[in-house]
Amino acid sequence: MSAPAAATPTGPLIELEDIRKSYNLGLPNEAEVLHGLSFSVGRGEFAALIGPSGSGKSTLLNIVGLLERMTAGSYRIEGEEVNGLDDGALTLRRRTTLGFVFQFHHLLPAFSALENVTLPALMREGRVTPAQRERARAVLAAVGLVDAMGKRPGELSGGMQQRVAIARALVLEPPLVLADEPTGNLDTVSSDEVFTLMRRMHAELNTSFLVVTHDPRLAARCDRVLELVDGRLVHDGAPAGAADPVARG
Amino acid sequence: MLGFESRVATRFLREGRMQTLLIIVGVAAGVAVVAYISALITGLQRNTIEKTLGAQAHVTLSPLDDVVLTARAPAGAGTSELVQTQPRAQRPRSIGNWELLVPLLEAMPEVAAVSPMVSAAGLAVRGEASKAIALMGVDLDRYDRIVSLRSKVVDGTARLGPGEGIIGRELAEDLGVRVGDRVGIVTGGVSDSLRVTALVDLGVRELNRRTVIVPLRTAQSLVGLPGGATGLDLTLVDIWSAQTVADDLAARWPYKAESWQQANAQLVAALNAQSVSTAVIRGVVLIVVVLGIASVLVVSVVQKQREIGILRAMGATQGQVLRIFLLQGAIVGALGSALGVLLAVVLIWAFTSFVLGSDGLPLFNITLEPALALRVAAIATVCGVLAAVAPARRAAKLDPAQAIRI
Repeated sequence: MSAPAAATPTGPLIELEDIRKSYNLGLPNEAEVLHGLSFSVGRGEFAALIGPSGSGKSTLLNIVGLLERMTAGSYRIEGEEVNGLDDGALTLRRRTTLGFVFQFHHLLPAFSALENVTLPALMREGRVTPAQRERARAVLAAVGLVDAMGKRPGELSGGMQQRVAIARALVLEPPLVLADEPTGNLDTVSSDEVFTLMRRMHAELNTSFLVVTHDPRLAARCDRVLELVDGRLVHDGAPAGAADPVARG
Repeated sequence: MLGFESRVATRFLREGRMQTLLIIVGVAAGVAVVAYISALITGLQRNTIEKTLGAQAHVTLSPLDDVVLTARAPAGAGTSELVQTQPRAQRPRSIGNWELLVPLLEAMPEVAAVSPMVSAAGLAVRGEASKAIALMGVDLDRYDRIVSLRSKVVDGTARLGPGEGIIGRELAEDLGVRVGDRVGIVTGGVSDSLRVTALVDLGVRELNRRTVIVPLRTAQSLVGLPGGATGLDLTLVDIWSAQTVADDLAARWPYKAESWQQANAQLVAALNAQSVSTAVIRGVVLIVVVLGIASVLVVSVVQKQREIGILRAMGATQGQVLRIFLLQGAIVGALGSALGVLLAVVLIWAFTSFVLGSDGLPLFNITLEPALALRVAAIATVCGVLAAVAPARRAAKLDPAQAIRI
């Protein structure tokens, strides 16, 4: 008798409904920066979040990443409402569901590339098993850093550091990776390389990506573009040039 | 357990190498001062007490003082009567039933040894020289258990047969007496002669100048108390229980019981003052250590804000971040303590090697007891953790989104 197939979760991975975010609540200088945003991201989607500076992209990404709390609205991850969860529960959610890639790489400078990538496992279980170490090596190899595993971030170029950050975000195969201008600090060549790498990992692991970018060229290579202007979602759909699937790979 | 926290804590400390080194040296200096001062004062106090109690019982039982009892009819109403009573001269008196009392005292668990004594003032005479003396009649074996008399012999062999006596080294010099010579003893109207079998050094020059120790029977006949004992000397298992034991004895029997603390009230006050001063110094040093560790960790939290933000974003809990910084405090405290204890050992070695008395020997013995070293190290480590509490809480409460933006 064959084992029953593992249940595949259905429905969107994340769903945001009427999200609002205000700063300085109750003060004379109270300012609402997100004005009732609603959208969802499905499993295996590769979406770009674009918009001019100050449009609220980073704030939205922080809310999606459970690093900031929304002022009002509803946010469900895999069907679970996260608005109102305490810090411990949010941290646990972040640990199991989300991977982060930041603009300035944000690796721990005191740890080698390999140690940075094994950190999530160490954080979760208090130790790194040989299998987890092997997995980290494999992911680092997949991002083209076979020879740089023992090096500290300070010894790596910006592009290489960002690859380490991508490897770290993906090593535990979270359902969703949030990238905040991951190529914003890189030259054009490195930027293309890093983006291509993210698309490849997305294709290999079927991980959802939500990528904040200023670069229309890169946004055009995503499956979907969410455009934010002054805290409002003004566009949600296919990117310009979507007819050219080759350009996206 | 704490694999993640300890890995990150040690890396953070290694990353801030100079900062970490400086604070460890700071903690080490503090621990060394505390351990050294504690050992020094303990050694000094032990030495002082040993010297004081070297020639003294822990508790002395003696008869109650003679008092004048007035039995008069009360004055009539409206009449005041002024009475002046001349206190009685205290004559040598024996403790009643002392021979029965000795086994009772010896049976007490707090008591290590009991020795009867007949003491009186007198004169030691040799040729034309005469010196005031404190005559002590004892049973040598029993008295040896009170003051370790045999270990204090500097010349001759301690022996107290009939007609024999032991005298202090300075008294022998004053009288020009050597071991084997005879000395005349006069008390009241009675005199006797004894052969000196040994000279002793009781550790206090004034005692050496006055002490004459004779057999109990000799003293009894010199003082006119046949079969009596003017006092019972007690040595206790724990010298610090002397006051309690003395109070207990005085309450149980109609005798005067005096502890060594009562007999040396000024010394005890000085020792207490010394202990308080040492405690104050230790407290201040520990506060400095705590502030040092805390200030370094506060700076570290500020420097590591971004890393803390990354860790929090990756899923580190507030508790994990808190423990990372508490562990740093503990590690700094523990390493500083270990180094500090080593430093204290070197300081103590230097003291005993280079600070010498006129006889070329160390002024007194000081050693760093392992228990003391462990206690100081443990306290410093706990202080390290306590010092880390405020910075650790601050780190744990950092807003991850804001920390990453910095």
